[in-house]
Formats: sequence, C-alpha cells, structure tokens
Amino acid sequence: MSPESRHHRRVVVTSPRTSATRRPRYPATREIDEQTHLGEVYMRSLLRTQFRLAMFVCTVLFCVVCGLPLLFLLIPDLAEVHLLGVPLPWAVLAGLIYPAFVLGAWLYVRQAERNERHFADLVDRT
Amino acid sequence: MSLAAVVIVVVATVLIGAFGIRVSRTTSDFYVASRTVSPLWNASAIGGEYLSAASFLGVAGLILSYGVDMLWLPVGWTGGYLVLLVLVSAPLRRSGAYTLPDFAEARLESMVVRRSASVLVVLIGWLYLMPQFQSAGLVLRTITGAPVWAGGLLVAGVVVLNVLSGGMRSITFVQAFQYWLKLTALGVPLVFLLLAWNADGAPPLSAADTGHWLTPLGGPREYGVYSTYSLILATFLGTMGLPHVLVRFYTNPDGRAARRTTLVVLSLLGAFYLLPAVYGWLGRLYTPDLIRTDTVVLTLPARMIGGTLGDLLTALVTAGAFAAFLSTSSGLTVSVAGVIAQDLLKGGVRSFRIATLMAVAVPLALALWARALPVADVVGLAFAVAASSFCPLLVLGIWWRRLSTTGALAGLYCGGGLACLAVLVTITGGPYEGVLGALLAQPAAWTVPIAFLVMVVVSLSTPHRVPRSVATIMVRLHTPENLDLDRGDWRPRSS
Repeated sequence: MSPESRHHRRVVVTSPRTSATRRPRYPATREIDEQTHLGEVYMRSLLRTQFRLAMFVCTVLFCVVCGLPLLFLLIPDLAEVHLLGVPLPWAVLAGLIYPAFVLGAWLYVRQAERNERHFADLVDRT
Repeated sequence: MSLAAVVIVVVATVLIGAFGIRVSRTTSDFYVASRTVSPLWNASAIGGEYLSAASFLGVAGLILSYGVDMLWLPVGWTGGYLVLLVLVSAPLRRSGAYTLPDFAEARLESMVVRRSASVLVVLIGWLYLMPQFQSAGLVLRTITGAPVWAGGLLVAGVVVLNVLSGGMRSITFVQAFQYWLKLTALGVPLVFLLLAWNADGAPPLSAADTGHWLTPLGGPREYGVYSTYSLILATFLGTMGLPHVLVRFYTNPDGRAARRTTLVVLSLLGAFYLLPAVYGWLGRLYTPDLIRTDTVVLTLPARMIGGTLGDLLTALVTAGAFAAFLSTSSGLTVSVAGVIAQDLLKGGVRSFRIATLMAVAVPLALALWARALPVADVVGLAFAVAASSFCPLLVLGIWWRRLSTTGALAGLYCGGGLACLAVLVTITGGPYEGVLGALLAQPAAWTVPIAFLVMVVVSLSTPHRVPRSVATIMVRLHTPENLDLDRGDWRPRSS
C-alpha cells in the first residue's frame, strides 16, 4: 500500500448542498396518468389482485353449483338423507344455498375493499 | 275482492305516476337521488324491479310440475348477482355508463358496437316483457274469468300511461316499496297456508311423488342433466346483461356502494326465493290437477283455507302479482324505450313517446299471438340471450385490455344471434323432441362458450382495432374514486 492512499487529504466542507433542491418524488398518480412503465405496473398489479379474487370466488361458486347436480346424479342415495325432515337436495337448493351466497358475497366485498385500500395507500404515498 | 285488489294496485300505480310528473325524467334525478339513497333502499329497488311474474308465479308453478330440478331457477336468479358482484358491479358503476349501450360505447369507442348493443337490449327487453303480459292475462282470467288478452292489455296500458307521465321509474322509493309489498304478499299467506296444512294433519306427499318429483334429475323432462347445466349457466351469467338491472347501479354514489348494494340485493332475493319452493310443494299436495300451473300461488289460498280469510289472502296474492307485473314491466319499458329513442330514433321527448309505444306494443302483440309457454321458461330464454351476448362483452370489456372493437362485434353477433335464433324457433314452433329440442330450449350451454370464444379469437387477430384509450378506461373502471387520477372525459349522453 502506498502512503498516498493511507493518508487521505482531509478536506473541509465549506458549502454543503443544502440549498440545492432535492428532486421531488414523482407521485404515483402522475405515473399512472402519464402511462409510464411504473404507472402500468401499478395498474396491472391492481387489476391482477382484483381479478384473482374474482376468479377465486367464481371457481368456488362453479365447483359448488356444478358439483351439486353431479353429486345428486352419482349418489342418488343423498335424496334419502333428511335434514329436519326435508330431503337433502331440497334443503340445500331451497334453503341453505342462499345464506352461503350471502356469506361468500360478504367475504368478497371485504377483501375487495381491502385490496383497494392497499392500492390507494401505495399510490397516494408521496 | 281480488278484483278490488287489482284495481287498488293499478290506481295507486297510476296516481304515483301522475305525481311523479313533478320529478324530472332526466338522468340528473339519479344524480340527485344518489346522494341520499342508502344501499338498503337501492337494493330494495333493484329487488322490486327484478322480481317479475316469473319469480312471483312462475317458479312455484314449475316446481309443482317438475319438482326439485326447477329449484335451480331461483338459485340461478339469485346466484347471478354473486357473479355480477365479483365481475361487474364496481367497475360498471365507475364506468359512469347509464345503459349497456353506454358501456359499449365508453369501452370500445365505437358507435357500431353501441348500435348493436342497443338492438340486443331491445330484443331482450321484448322477450322479458312478453311473458309478463301473458301472465297478467292468465291472472285476470283466473280471478274474474275475463278473456286472456284483457289482463295483458290492462298492464300494458297502465305501463304506457305511467312511463309517459314520467313517474315510477325515477322514484327509487316506489320500486323499493314494491319489493316489500311482494315479499309480504307471498309471505303472509304462506304462514296461513302452513297453519292450514298443519291443522290438516300435516299430510305427506303421495307415494308416487316421493319418487321422481323429490329426486334430482328424476323428472319427466328429457336430457335433464344437459338442461339443468344449461339453465345454471344462463341464469348465473345472464343476470348481468339484463337492461333494467344495470340502470339501477347508476344510483349508487360510487363503486364501493355498488358492491354493498349488490350484497344487500343478494340477501333480499335469498329471503324472497325461500317462499316459492314451499308454494310448489304445497301445490303438489293440494292442487296437483292444475293445467296452467302458473296459477298455483293464486289458487292455493282458496283451496286450502276458503271462506272470507281465503278470499282475503287470494286478494293479497293477486295484488302482489299485479305489483310484480307493473314494476318489472315499467322498469323494462323505460329501459327499452330509452334505448330505442336515443339510439334508433332521433332522441328527445317526442321520440321517447313513440319509443314507449313501440317498447310495449311489440311484446303485447307477441303475447297475444305466441303460444303460452310457462312464464319462467320464457324469462329463462331472455337470460340465455343476455348471457350469450352481454356477459362476454362486460366480462372481457372490464378485465381484458386486448378486447378489440371487431372482436366485440363478432361476439355479440354470434352469441346473441344464435341464442335469439334458438329462442325464436322454440317460441314459434316448439317444443321439439330429442337432442335438438333440448339444445334449442336451453341454448346457453353452447351459445355462451361460442360467444366468448369468438370474442377472444377475433380480438386476438385484430390487435389494431383495440381502442387507443384502453389504459385510461382501465384506470376509470378499476381505481377507487377517492384517488385523483385521469379517468378520461367520456360522459353518457343524457336523454
């Protein structure tokens, strides 16, 4: 090692760049408005989150709704099962499925609003 | 007494319509209403307009005839709102579109797509109105013995009067009241009927009925599995494409409220649809001899209870049925007339008057001329057309950036055209036997996939026809309103 590198010259800082303006952070809403790449990323992430949620609910719904006729077709004995004196297919289709819909809808609304809050927090933070 | 109930409902509707003149007919009163209407009221209004003769009378009748498989109809009519909620409700409100053609124009920036959507709205509206008029005729004949055309003519006349005077539609609270009236008119008699059944020694179903009637897919209909699945598809996906449902979403202040409203709609419809199944089952016990089973709800009180109480309950049910005809028909007529006036005629008040007459006259003529199919079946066909035209347009339009104008057009024409063709063949000549008959009577299972496929494939092969402002539209559809973003400057044209 050379002595030059060991003994750096110490310099007195006479004028720190305090007066120089810092580059303002570009608000994310403007990135979206101007359709920059970053703005696209924000939008795509929102769309993807909401679409995944929607697809999840639709898939569950599809499985339940399309599975039920199949279940009744493959296991005819289910009609013999009684729930409070009502045959199971009737109990499900004429009663139980409605509260299930409402529950699913409520869970969806909660999660969708949460996703939107996250997006707003992300974009509005400046 | 039942006649008195009908008269009361009709007079009340006309009076409300007459007072409604003071309320302006333009879209601006929706804006005004939107600041004060809570999700519960808004949802009641959607429910009031949505529960038509098919729900009030038809479902119970079909359950009486065919048993457990028909329970899928009310399940689908309710579940359709779940699909609507997750795929469409908030983005649709945020689009600012007032009608389906508005949405098509906003999303695809094309007047051709807008016109095509308008034609489809009119066709679906007519198809939905026709069975309302037919059932009105049936109900009036059941209670007074009047000829079948009289009831349809009465409802059509009241609707025209009402729509032209500008009331009814614009008043959210009236439609909201209609929901609670229908729930009461079906719920209260049911309590008495169940008490009567209990006093009767709670008789069980006959041995023959415990077989195929109670068991799924055991009914007398051919190709039951295919029909069930096709029905499920049509109802779950068709709800979002009904013209009179969509307009109500505009009354919500923002996308978030639109979601909450849909959640309440689901609860209200779920509560209502618990009732028709019980009517169907009681009908199987006490009135298995009915020929037009659509009248089962009206017949049961007299059969099971009789006397003054029976008359009173019949009157209540009849009032509910007429409320159902009037509210659904009025809502549909305004939607259809608005679209005819704005997109097919020149626009303005004069056009709206002519359009109202056209909106009512065509389905009335159809109702008198076409064979009387069960009301819920015909309404089911309207759902099939909506599911194979507007469902792909809305779902792909909202979630897929690469939807092109050409693709949307091709999908609307293929899906909607094929479904309309099947409906036309079934209504005029059917029902046909065999595989072909089943395919035509329940077209959704093949027309919906075709519509989606055509829309996607044609869009992918015409990438240069993707609207240029798609990025802005996506911002508009999906971002919460409290964010300060550029959402484009498209506004629906006010009528």
